[in-house]
Amino acid sequence: MYSRKKSLWKTVDWITILFYLIMVIAGWFTICSASYEFDHVGLFDPSGRPGLQLLWIGLSMGLIFVIMMLESNFYDIFAYLIYGMMILLLIATIFLAPDIKGSRSWLVMGPLRIQPAEFAKFATALAIARFMNGYGFKLTTVKNFSITLLLIFLPIVCILLQQETGSALVYFAFFLMLYREGMSGYILLAGISAVVFFVTTMKYADEVVGITPVGELVVSCMILVITLLLIEVVRKNRLAIKVISIAMAATFLLGYLVSLFMPVNFGLLAMLLVVATACYLLYLALRAWAWPYAIIAAFALGSLAFMFSIDYVFDEILEPHQQIRIKVSLGLEDDSTGAGYNVNQSKIAIGSGGLTGKGFLNGTQAKLKYVPEQDTDFIFCTVGEEQGFVGSTLVLLLFAAFILRLIVLAERQSSNFARVYGYCVASIFMFHVAINIGMVIGIVPVIGIPLPFFSYGGSALWAFTILLFIFLRLDASRRER
Amino acid sequence: MLENRRYVIAGAVVVLILIFIVRLFFLQIVSPDYKAWADSNAFLKKTLYPSRGMIYDRNGNLLVYNQPAYDVMVIMREVQPFDTLDFCNILGITQETFVKRIADIRNRRLNPGYSSYVPQLFMNQLSVQGYGVLQEKLYKFPGFYIQNRTIREYNYPNAAHILGSIGEVNKKDIEEDPYYVRGDYSGRSGVEKSYEQELRGVKGVEILLRDAHGRIKGKYEEGIHDIAPESGKSLTMSIDVELQAYGEMLMQNKLGAIVMIEPATGEVLCMVSAPTFDPGLMVGRQRGRNHAILAKDPLKPLFDRPLMACYPPGSTFKPTQGLIFMQEGVVTPETTYSCAHGYTYRGGRPACHGHYSPIALVPALATSCNSYFCWGLHEMIDSRRRYPTVQEGFEVWKNHMVSMGYGYKLGIDLPGEKRGFIPNSQFYDKIYQERWNSSTIISIAIGQGEILTTPLQICNLGATIANRGYFITPHVVKEIEDTPLDTLFTNRRYTSIDPQYYDYAAEGMRHAVLGGTCRGAAIPGIEVCGKTGTAENPHGKDHSIFMGFAPYDKPGVAIAVFIENAGFGATYAVPIGKLMLEKYLKGEISESSKYTEEYIKNAVILPNHVF
Repeated sequence: MYSRKKSLWKTVDWITILFYLIMVIAGWFTICSASYEFDHVGLFDPSGRPGLQLLWIGLSMGLIFVIMMLESNFYDIFAYLIYGMMILLLIATIFLAPDIKGSRSWLVMGPLRIQPAEFAKFATALAIARFMNGYGFKLTTVKNFSITLLLIFLPIVCILLQQETGSALVYFAFFLMLYREGMSGYILLAGISAVVFFVTTMKYADEVVGITPVGELVVSCMILVITLLLIEVVRKNRLAIKVISIAMAATFLLGYLVSLFMPVNFGLLAMLLVVATACYLLYLALRAWAWPYAIIAAFALGSLAFMFSIDYVFDEILEPHQQIRIKVSLGLEDDSTGAGYNVNQSKIAIGSGGLTGKGFLNGTQAKLKYVPEQDTDFIFCTVGEEQGFVGSTLVLLLFAAFILRLIVLAERQSSNFARVYGYCVASIFMFHVAINIGMVIGIVPVIGIPLPFFSYGGSALWAFTILLFIFLRLDASRRER
Repeated sequence: MLENRRYVIAGAVVVLILIFIVRLFFLQIVSPDYKAWADSNAFLKKTLYPSRGMIYDRNGNLLVYNQPAYDVMVIMREVQPFDTLDFCNILGITQETFVKRIADIRNRRLNPGYSSYVPQLFMNQLSVQGYGVLQEKLYKFPGFYIQNRTIREYNYPNAAHILGSIGEVNKKDIEEDPYYVRGDYSGRSGVEKSYEQELRGVKGVEILLRDAHGRIKGKYEEGIHDIAPESGKSLTMSIDVELQAYGEMLMQNKLGAIVMIEPATGEVLCMVSAPTFDPGLMVGRQRGRNHAILAKDPLKPLFDRPLMACYPPGSTFKPTQGLIFMQEGVVTPETTYSCAHGYTYRGGRPACHGHYSPIALVPALATSCNSYFCWGLHEMIDSRRRYPTVQEGFEVWKNHMVSMGYGYKLGIDLPGEKRGFIPNSQFYDKIYQERWNSSTIISIAIGQGEILTTPLQICNLGATIANRGYFITPHVVKEIEDTPLDTLFTNRRYTSIDPQYYDYAAEGMRHAVLGGTCRGAAIPGIEVCGKTGTAENPHGKDHSIFMGFAPYDKPGVAIAVFIENAGFGATYAVPIGKLMLEKYLKGEISESSKYTEEYIKNAVILPNHVF
């Protein structure tokens, strides 16, 4: 027994723990700066956020100890139980939680507030990992895939009912893991494309340059580029790529020349190119009797149809106030007091940092509450403002190294359970980083989810700690399994 | 096969982070706009107001200073239920006023800059008593604060026109001078206006950090970037406030002006405009109301007569004529002209009074002979021996006038000066279709007709004769703290008349006091020189005018007195001039003059339509 525990501390991945500690400590300093009050006395005062965060960090260390001390097979044995209890808790939360800023996701117990949605992530990851652990498990069967989707969508529905859209979206991160485990890449591609096309169409819905609708032009060009990439990846047909590229270049050049004399709708031109490309691909499919061409053509035409349906539904079916609500909730409406204000202020804060930043505690924007949620969702503003381009790039590189390390760890697992769980962890972290930082620097709509280890809050910190250290525990005893 | 998907996922992570880094590069390094936005966002540059410069008289008496005033401010967000009745009683307002005031503050249309986090003005310029009581009870009224400000305070109820007043800047001021912002005060009249740049000082700035709600969170970097305000410079006036007060006392219940200048320096010793008012009326909350009352007064107390009233100068103009005639060789001191109770060339018009004939320049000035100066003008411009045309002759005459300070602003350091009027030959060509000669325009020879001058210009004539040929631009400010006076106010301005001729003008004026029209101005022991004037005018009875200087040889003071509609110069203007000269030169009024003082002080000479 003794020797096993001793070997545990030898086999645990210290590199990841080091990343974890760096981020937690850097996060704490950032919170100090972001919640710094001018009339406030000390950083360690337990009534302030830095003091409280220090308490949460301390308690996390206790959690880590407990997680590491448990047997590694505890997690797959109890995976379903934990998942079931968590779903019950999520459902209970819908009815028990008070309304806090329009969401009913916080359970209030005296001075303590807990967000079960944060903890449901690791429970869901455990359940999926357990389900996919079976010998010779094949994700591609309809039954297995459906059950997996069920495991994912059950918490999503519960959390949506708590009106916590941001946290619900996080569960879509599991599709990255599913891709690794055998789900068709087309599904992932279609999903991501749909989201990107939707947001882009919305964003440029009312913008017209000359007689060119910007949204249609941008989305059509995206479709063309993705189509070319697909041909390259799937068929490596350089000739086809060359033909399509030359046709595109020629068309746009012609369009430009004509536009010198009369207005040209480049959006229409791009859409015609998509249709022409699809026809060409169908011809190739028929000639070589190769299905992939047809699938790619279907993708191109489907995307175009999707774009039109968004436009149609949005413009013709929805009432103006509904349109605005959708835009605002996506953070696309330039609303000076709403979501647009947040993003603009956050860009100002980051932009004002310059190359090396204003220095620790010297930032003015975030600290003076120009940036809302400056110590939770918009914490990265403070990094950008006070540490500048150098500091924020370092933080980004840290996250990149951390996630890549998790992928390495996941790949070295001998059991499916540990590998699937590892990919879940990596995917969730990646999703959080992508959405949170993307939102703060204004390239992703405003979706309120925390930046792991940086954002203030006990629930988020503990949930991420549990999520990570269960995986490290599994990894530490990878040779025993 | 599936293992290879790890590279796709890892590649996605790398691409994602790279996109973010590129985006950050553009936000933080390439675009400079965000930095400026951030500064204007977070820094509140709070203006620190300098104290306005003080004003002293020539003897060091403090005339104008700053007094603390207290504004009641309210931060709406911090207001909690309180005893409004008690509050209203302290401020001396009714409940309705209170309710209305609060509603006005909240009304964004009336108060566009409203924020419930930022102090709003509830009531301005609380009295010292009100301040004392409110300060004690302030703890009962959360959200209300007292903000210190300063207002102008006056030690003497005199010299209102010269000192002027300050008022809130208007839109035009703000557009013209970026120094001002809404709510600032600047000089609106008097030296407060003309020396605004010196008096106002330099604003300081305190850089405060403020949050998105406008709440102040402290000083930026402990205030090392703050700039302390620079107090305004003190002014020392050339005005002698006691002399000014004495003049105002003599001029009570009369309309007109007294101007006294020290010829050697051009310093204005006093400048009385009657009727006048207490400058203390023009401060604080009552300013607007009092200004409206004064503006409606038919006697026009706001009208600064010494600078703005253009009177015909009458006989006080005659020395000027004599000087021009001598300069142009029209007459010599020995030349005599006949006078038969009138200007015989035009059948006895203008008329004259009893004196011997023919008469030379000096006695003509002493007796104020009209005919002499009419003959002079006739000889000068009608004779074709000197100038080819009457127009050219008249232009010479006019240019001499301008060189003596008529027809244009003298350039005193006070706003609102008028230029008076000296016609030129085009003016008469237009009226008389180029067919005119001295007879057509003869009234100008005796300071009537089209000629208009300000009391300041006439006093300046006295100073020029006293100086025998030059004057220094009259000015009311003697010293500006740490700043040399503009050379405009120290350089001598010589007229186009040779100084030698001034001796005759001075002699004529001396004789007027010794045995001519000005006998009433004689002061035992002082060689007073003077010239009366009785100006016909379209507003009723003649204006009574006196112009003089003293002593004869080493002049210390020049004076001009204008009393509207008071009849002969000798009746009112001369005794007032005498009293003023005596007061200034001797420091007190002799027993023998006490009767005159009483009599003048009690005289009421106001237009009938007022009552």
